[in-house]
Amino acid sequence: MGTREQCFEQLLLGKAVESVGWLKPIRAEALDRARAMNFPSNRNDDWRFTDLSALYPHDFHPVVSFAKLTKADIKEYVIPGAIRLVFVDGSYSSELSDLPDIHEGVTVTSLLERLGDPLVEGIFGKHAPYKQDAFVALNTNFFEDGAWVHVAGDVTAPIHLLHVATKRETPSAIYPRNMVIMDSASGTTLVEEYIGLEDGIYFSNAVTEVVLKEQARLQHVRVQREERNAFHIGHCSVEVGKDSFYASTSLAFGARVSRHTLHVTQQGEGAEMQLDGLALVAGRQIADTHTLVNHAVPRGKSTQLHKCIADGSAHAVFSGKVIVQEGAVGTDSAQSSRNLLLSDKAHIDTQPQLEIFNDDVSCKHGATIGQIDADALFFLKSRGLTEERARNLLTHAFAAEIIARIQVPSLGESLGRTILERMNGERK
Amino acid sequence: MISKDSRIMLEVKNLHAEVGGIDILKGVDLTVRAGEVHAIMGINGSGKSTFSKVLAGHPDYHVTGGTATFEGKDLFALEPEERARAGLFLAFQYPVEIPGVSNSALLRLAYNTLQTERGLEELDPLEFEDLVHEKIKVVEMDPSFLGRSVNEGFSGGEKKRNEILQMAVLEPKLAILDETDSGLDIDALRIVANGVNSLLTPDNAVVMVTHYQRLLNYIVPDYVHVMDGGRIVRTGGKELALELEARGYDWLRAAA
Ligand SMILES: Nc1ncnc2c1ncn2[C@@H]1O[C@H](COP(=O)(O)OP(=O)(O)OP(=O)(O)O)[C@@H](O)[C@H]1O
Ligand SMILES: [Mg+2]
Repeated sequence: MGTREQCFEQLLLGKAVESVGWLKPIRAEALDRARAMNFPSNRNDDWRFTDLSALYPHDFHPVVSFAKLTKADIKEYVIPGAIRLVFVDGSYSSELSDLPDIHEGVTVTSLLERLGDPLVEGIFGKHAPYKQDAFVALNTNFFEDGAWVHVAGDVTAPIHLLHVATKRETPSAIYPRNMVIMDSASGTTLVEEYIGLEDGIYFSNAVTEVVLKEQARLQHVRVQREERNAFHIGHCSVEVGKDSFYASTSLAFGARVSRHTLHVTQQGEGAEMQLDGLALVAGRQIADTHTLVNHAVPRGKSTQLHKCIADGSAHAVFSGKVIVQEGAVGTDSAQSSRNLLLSDKAHIDTQPQLEIFNDDVSCKHGATIGQIDADALFFLKSRGLTEERARNLLTHAFAAEIIARIQVPSLGESLGRTILERMNGERK
Repeated sequence: MISKDSRIMLEVKNLHAEVGGIDILKGVDLTVRAGEVHAIMGINGSGKSTFSKVLAGHPDYHVTGGTATFEGKDLFALEPEERARAGLFLAFQYPVEIPGVSNSALLRLAYNTLQTERGLEELDPLEFEDLVHEKIKVVEMDPSFLGRSVNEGFSGGEKKRNEILQMAVLEPKLAILDETDSGLDIDALRIVANGVNSLLTPDNAVVMVTHYQRLLNYIVPDYVHVMDGGRIVRTGGKELALELEARGYDWLRAAA
């Protein structure tokens, strides 16, 4: 145990997972690709800020026997009224899931159960780059299960995909794989959430593929509240169709090291994309968010607000690339990266990147890194609040702008509490 | 209301303070007793806000000499939040905006902090709502301001009213109002002044920093002080404000 190569080798050992016919060659190719790769080094431009070395000392093993959890174990994460699909260490749990059949126009099931569906076959692996990205390749070969979400109408109940990691005897490797298809003119709110229940060491490597057809509307909330010693690498590829609306709110609070890569490709004219994010890290945490918005066709609109908050000696990274292709006339894009440093030892790297290949566009971007506003702090103290209370309140307020965009009230409140817990955990 | 045997609330002696390496306060003396209303006037830059902030404990301002006791305690030995809990309140000349913190959340947090300090029960959100809806009448503010972020997008006058709402909720022993009247329209001035008057008791006191006699028609001061060059150069009764209104400051500055 110890080196980067050894750690990656150990992951490659994995365990063989049963497959249907069409999937076998894809898995095989993914494994081949993975074997030819390694963990990305910081010579790789997409990984230059992010130090993965905390991963290397660990031997991650596939999960062979699954923990039995009860509903009480996940109680605090339950979203009232939601359609809920729960996975424990990468495997589907029907006992913990809640799939009321009152909801028309929506199919929410385990992906494994659905592998025989030609619709799955038609989309799987078409968006997530398993031939280029080592983590996507690992996931593609080793995934056991994940969610299949197919929305045909207007679904008012939020759909909650809850991926739970438990503490194992040896560090585990978990590979959730989710697919989301939004039919024409359909609409819903999807909450994709990753949590850890006990303080274990595990490697959670998730891939999600999302397709929005014409005029579909999706609010996609991604919540990463893994355990403090966990590692989380997530990839999400989204394709948005004509006149559709895709809103992503992604939150990274947990894990020793985390990375979220979000690729959104505008395939249909007039589509609108809104990408919001919040990373809150403390202690020795590292949280990296990489987004790519690819305007491939005309009249697309994208807006993005990403915030990082770093305390302790934590490190937050944001890289937001926007590409406007030659034919993508009438593109309107705005990106803003706002960052809050709470300690002298914390640091934040933020990197907006614009690549514009035509003239008929409006693109704005800006980045700021600041500290707690001294006058606001003094004002709050002058009203009797302690330094710590005042700082927490201001930090919370900075985060609140993103949390407020989540249209699931109980989740917003729960996230607000998580923010306070994480902040208090650090400063004491 | 002057009453010679009422207790001394604030006693400042020969206060010197600097900010950014520049000496601003150069020997301020001021005594405030319970039940009194003081006005501090003086030209721009004479040190009035500096004095207010030093009393409240702003970290940028450093005391370089002199003493201040508040309710018998050494004021400068206390942190800003301890001063607030001891009953000192500053209404800021330029209130800050705090996006993301609702007015009602701030008021409740501040109120409950003081309740705990006083050994009283905290109020839950519903109980507090009743209280704040009573208090908001003091400044005749629309309750919709409670749900908004603190001062965010408030007009100048609305911010000033909001400061007095905080004062009404926190019920300080000594309130320092730094130009709370500036930026208020004529009706708002009357409302805010009435609000402040309604909060006055024989057990608390107010120090108002102002440029205008008009405020003093509503909140009648027991003492009017003139600050110049970081010192109080003249103290008089309410008629001093009228004299300043008529003559300006030059005659005092020449004498000082
Ligand atoms: N943070 C600071 N840094 C540098 N100089 C300062 C600072 N704060 C105050 N001063 C200076 O101290 C002096 C007194 O300022 P102060 O704000 O106390 O005046 P004031 O009497 O309240 O004036 P006004 O009537 O205009 O409000 C001014 O010359 C001002 O420029
Ligand atoms: Mg001033």
